[in-house]
Amino acid sequence: MAERERSHTRPRGAVFVPRAQVMSAADVHRAITRMSHEIAERNRGLEHLVLIGLQTGGVPIAERLAASLETVESTTIPVGILDVAFYRDDIGLRPVLPEAVTDISFDLTGATVVLVDDVLFTGRTIRAALNAVSEYGRAQAVQLAVMVDRGHRELPIRPDYVGKNLPTRRDEMVDVTEDGVALGDVVGR
Amino acid sequence: MNQFPHHLLSIDDLGPDGIGEVLRVADSFVEVGHRANPKVPALRGRTVATLFFEDSTRTRVSFETAAKRLSADVLSFAVGSSSVKKGESLRDTVETIEAMGIDAIIIRHPSSGAPTRVAGWVTNLSVINAGDGWHEHPTQALLDLYTVRQALGGGDEGMDRFKSLQVVIVGDIRHSRVARSQVAAYAALGAEVTLVAPPTLLPPSIDGWPIAAVSHDIDNELPSADVVSLLRLQSERGSGEFVPSLREYTTRFGLNGRRAAMLKPETLILHPGPMVRGVEIASEVADLPAAHITGQVSNGVAVRMAVLFLMLGQSPVQGSSNV
Repeated sequence: MAERERSHTRPRGAVFVPRAQVMSAADVHRAITRMSHEIAERNRGLEHLVLIGLQTGGVPIAERLAASLETVESTTIPVGILDVAFYRDDIGLRPVLPEAVTDISFDLTGATVVLVDDVLFTGRTIRAALNAVSEYGRAQAVQLAVMVDRGHRELPIRPDYVGKNLPTRRDEMVDVTEDGVALGDVVGR
Repeated sequence: MNQFPHHLLSIDDLGPDGIGEVLRVADSFVEVGHRANPKVPALRGRTVATLFFEDSTRTRVSFETAAKRLSADVLSFAVGSSSVKKGESLRDTVETIEAMGIDAIIIRHPSSGAPTRVAGWVTNLSVINAGDGWHEHPTQALLDLYTVRQALGGGDEGMDRFKSLQVVIVGDIRHSRVARSQVAAYAALGAEVTLVAPPTLLPPSIDGWPIAAVSHDIDNELPSADVVSLLRLQSERGSGEFVPSLREYTTRFGLNGRRAAMLKPETLILHPGPMVRGVEIASEVADLPAAHITGQVSNGVAVRMAVLFLMLGQSPVQGSSNV
């Protein structure tokens, strides 16, 4: 979600200025390994398990989780890509544009879906993703994995797998990249 | 890009960035169209009206399908059964529609410039030109571009290939609003457009048109073309009077099997429809794999969804203050 917001604010001259490095690249790697073990523990055998990364920040994390699960349980986990732009409830409040094309090439009926995002904030992206996912079949269960839970929920949504709980101010910005997780501000808006 | 334009009256309203935005967002709607339930809630609570003063099937159905797939409510004003028949003026009709709280009207009118006049009368309503006289038909040109971009590899790669693309537009350019939108759209993306028509079917003045060349000999232009876009002879606008006979037109300008064989293997053949087999295009050519004519129709829905979404999805719902 942070990624998504950032790419919309950038063209208007806003930039992300990091203040503190919260997780290093190695920390993110360890968190991914731990989360994949938690996913494997909770969904024994990983049968019918699929990962769906949310555009754009969730996609690389979903791919890394799938790679890690493959070493943990020696099974290949399908990974889908979902863009929730058309399901958001803040259409009309701020610019909401699709970042990339959704790619879910498998039926989700009966599957256990793990939604993957980089940052969990208000929960509105996940609300939209739940609606979007239901268009691809009736999943047996939907779980949520996020690298950072930064609080400030506006909806009754709770993650199942968390890389790091990170208390933040509402106006701060969390940036998740390959190099780790940084906390900072959006300047110049 | 900056704010998407409030009205879409001509291709110039969009510029190269706006065109790119429409094509990019249309990719997402093509994916939506492939789903078991090809509908998204993006424009829930919005109302779109079609107001067609001229016959149309594909454009009207395409726009209405697009709006419904975005979950907008759609009203269809059939001019034949509305108060227009009782003598109501265009301005009064439009003001009535606006007073009902409708978010956008999609208008087709036999007079060039009618949608532009309408846009000047309304305050909140968005106006989309679905064809006005000889002037423009912007969404048709956008779906042509989408079809070409798709055939050229799609995405940014397909977009880049428009630069220096050789486009040949053949037919009744004089009476064609599609041709005017196509020329503007291809030129905006850097393509080189050549118009091919008998002198009588060229516009009275083409000064200032962003075209590379005008030709009266189709056989000269086909071997170097990357895209051949055919236009119908618009008999309802009197095209028939501008050529000695349909048969002569077909002989000199129709895309027949012999001419199709002169094309490069990767050349695309486009036709905005309705096509008249045996006049501007031979039946066997219309069915060649190079002819992307039905692809154009299915892309039309996705492209119109993108236009409606970009236009209506960015502004607050009318009358809602507690969001």
